[in-house]
Amino acid sequence: MAIFCTLLVFIIIAAFIAVETKKLLSAVICIGAIGFGASIMFLFLWAPDIAITQIVVEVLGLIILIRATISRDRTFIAGDREFFGMIVSLVIILVIAVAGVSVFPETLPDFGTPVFTETSNSASQTYIEEGLEKTGAANLVASVILDFRAYDTLGEATVLFTTIIGATVILRKKTKKLLEEPDL
Amino acid sequence: MKGMTIIVKNISSFVKVLIFLFGIYIILFGHLTPGGGFAGGVIVASSYVLLMLAYGREFAEENLSLPTTSRLDCVGALLFAAIALFGLFYGATGFFWNFIHQKELWGQPLKLLSAGTIPLSNISIGIKVGSSLFLVILILSSFRLETSASEKE
Repeated sequence: MAIFCTLLVFIIIAAFIAVETKKLLSAVICIGAIGFGASIMFLFLWAPDIAITQIVVEVLGLIILIRATISRDRTFIAGDREFFGMIVSLVIILVIAVAGVSVFPETLPDFGTPVFTETSNSASQTYIEEGLEKTGAANLVASVILDFRAYDTLGEATVLFTTIIGATVILRKKTKKLLEEPDL
Repeated sequence: MKGMTIIVKNISSFVKVLIFLFGIYIILFGHLTPGGGFAGGVIVASSYVLLMLAYGREFAEENLSLPTTSRLDCVGALLFAAIALFGLFYGATGFFWNFIHQKELWGQPLKLLSAGTIPLSNISIGIKVGSSLFLVILILSSFRLETSASEKE
């Protein structure tokens, strides 16, 4: 439990630095630190599938962001933060904190002990008991995301596919030529 | 943008094969060990990204060109949808029905050839995710090169 609190404090400090720093490269590196902290937390929660995906995506996203920031001429943020926006965000954070402190300790279960493990015939218990027999996959996560809940995977694949198609259409050379031409 | 120094080029020419093989292992054993199509696809894409960072964009595009990558992306998505539709038509039971495991029952559990359609779905998702993430970096780098060249003029 102590290691989760330590990692949470580390992640929150990294997030504050990423928002408040002036240099874009430092902000990108702090975002990478957030991802690696989350990956270590998943490892300690016995979820290696999520940890592998998190750390790999984090590395690739970091490469993309660093290439995008180094290529810019202005790698720092000029000007001060708006006073009104800071007040509004502080009020929002205070309201969420007060609500969390007053409501959550009675309703939320302890960290790392989900509600599904306490009831007998819930969905996750059914997956654990009958997953190997019904799908034949030793990795229960694979049997859930590709057999029981494959609709979610199809939706995720569709989102990725649509994003790539949109990026290809917008960033290709023909679009640039069309943008430079005057409207008829 | 002609790549990095000769040290980086030599080391990455050894390491990129290992990264590629590790990605394929993660994809193929996704139903037995942690990992799966998404993580393995990202690892495969990162091997090509390493090639692109070390040798430059032109060299990486000679290995895996932009139209080929786009077609691989579409093929992966089509394979995944085809597996789902086979479950609907072959057994007439439902979308994403695990028809190989439920009907044919070939393959023992805990072996490589098991779990019916799950390895096939892993392979199709791996092809799709790997090619699409490599496509993102190819498109972004080519777009950035063109804009910076036009700004200098």
